[in-house]
Amino acid sequence: MKRYLLGRLLRTIPVVFGVVTVVFLLIHLLPGDPVDIMLGESAVPAQKEELRRELHLDRPILSQYASYLSGIPRGDLGVSFRSREPVLGEIARRIPATVLLAATSITVAVLVALPLGVLAAMRRGKAADYLSGFAAMLSLSIPNFLLGPLLVLLFSVQLGLLPVSGYGAGRPLVLPAVTLGTGMAALLTRMVRATLLEELRKEYVTAAIARGLPYRSAVARHALRNALVPVVTALGLSFGAVLAGSVITETIFSWPGIGRLLIQAIDARDYPLVQGCVLVIALSTVAVNLATDILCARLDPRIRYE
Amino acid sequence: MNEHSGFLVLIRRTARHRGAAVGMVLLALFLLAAVFAPVIAPCDPLAQNLDEGLSGPSVSHWLGQDKFGRDVLSRLIYGARLSLAVGLGTVGISLLIGLAAGSLAGFLGGGVDRIFTGACDILLAFPGILLAIGIAAVRGPSFGNVLFALSVLGWVGYARVIRAQVLSVKTREFVESARAVGSSPARLLLRHILPNAISPILVEATFGIARAIVAEAGLSFLGLGVAPPAASWGSMIGEGRHFLFIAPHLVTAPGAAILLTVMAFNFLGDGLRDALDVRQ
Repeated sequence: MKRYLLGRLLRTIPVVFGVVTVVFLLIHLLPGDPVDIMLGESAVPAQKEELRRELHLDRPILSQYASYLSGIPRGDLGVSFRSREPVLGEIARRIPATVLLAATSITVAVLVALPLGVLAAMRRGKAADYLSGFAAMLSLSIPNFLLGPLLVLLFSVQLGLLPVSGYGAGRPLVLPAVTLGTGMAALLTRMVRATLLEELRKEYVTAAIARGLPYRSAVARHALRNALVPVVTALGLSFGAVLAGSVITETIFSWPGIGRLLIQAIDARDYPLVQGCVLVIALSTVAVNLATDILCARLDPRIRYE
Repeated sequence: MNEHSGFLVLIRRTARHRGAAVGMVLLALFLLAAVFAPVIAPCDPLAQNLDEGLSGPSVSHWLGQDKFGRDVLSRLIYGARLSLAVGLGTVGISLLIGLAAGSLAGFLGGGVDRIFTGACDILLAFPGILLAIGIAAVRGPSFGNVLFALSVLGWVGYARVIRAQVLSVKTREFVESARAVGSSPARLLLRHILPNAISPILVEATFGIARAIVAEAGLSFLGLGVAPPAASWGSMIGEGRHFLFIAPHLVTAPGAAILLTVMAFNFLGDGLRDALDVRQ
């Protein structure tokens, strides 16, 4: 396990460097002078010079890259040029809201997908299977920027049951969590169905039923446990997609997380903050993918010896 | 069997899939609307009539009017052009890069493959449309920038599929025989390996068009897609959501268009996958 762990950690290092480099290059993709774009044409030359110095844009690109790189381990992601506060501090304040939203939507997705996927597999080819298949396809096809407003239309405008926006762990969380979790629930439902059907075909399940075990127990105690390993992997890997989806969901519901901060930073042309948000979301994804791989290697010894 | 009849067999097998058949019909309608937009659209999609802003469906404007009094149906029909152009454009560019990178990495192996795998790992660390949002944010809203932003990450999926296919096909006997009779590496790759490695890409590309359409609409929803006043389904929803209480049709009409189009591509992708699956 130690050998696997070390190898996996070593493979992560170039990915982290690559991600940092891509994010660093983002600001250099700006068409024209970043300082002109950020301050507008009416800014006086002294202001422009000051911002150029602040963002290190007056130095050669390699020197800029070196100081950007050396700042990251110290948590120095630059200064937001609108609020004049450190970028990391601005982002850190928004993390709890995004974590709350992401964790709730993943929980909702699992709670919906697990029973629905099992039901579809156990009733293969019957009405329940077709219905859950259609629901999954519909949910996969509906983008969150459409689902969100539709849920608001139904539950806030028509029925008046839930608030349009707001922040908190109670009622304001319901619509954003459902919006963000629906696509993932659909993906997991299809996956649970497919992996469970694969397991149900195997001999050990037939043997368990032949020994007199009721079909339901054979599914719950034997097949489902084995079917869940790939589902756990998918769950971990889709964390990144949830974070990316939170950008749109948080914008729809004015949820005060990193996603909304990113859009606010884009609107304000606060590029150091844009870079910081993209970097933090991408590095969180790398970290969760690493944790998922390690967890799977612990769960399934075959992975460690591949 | 020649390639032409092989393609016809594939179409016939795909059409046997009920969902795929419905998807094909929907997509044909969507294509016709996009191609003949100037003929079909009842009004100019950019013509404003501020006095009638936010009006609901009527005889002269079947799907109502937006806040500037522009005809929603006409904007929807013209929006189909944009969605289709972004979907096909992104997949076309991504396929070209993906095919070149994936086949070279799989065929040459060694250092080229290691660099390829490293680049893929880095790009895949950016989840969903995050990198596209970042790129579109700094480049500004325009059709070209949307294509660029979506293709930067779009090629990776195709490249990985094609690499895996090339790795598996290049060890088969017919490739070995071609190599033994002196085929050049380029001929081996283009004439013998790629034609036999391409079918999973068809399925992936079908889903890819749906993904690109959703991604463009998502960027436009955030104000990072194609520059206004051009009609984009995503920006129509983005503008319409501010009037949900008084004019819900501004969200539901473009929403239905996106949903139907994406479902059609997803059903078609499922059908193609089943048709190409030899176990079926």
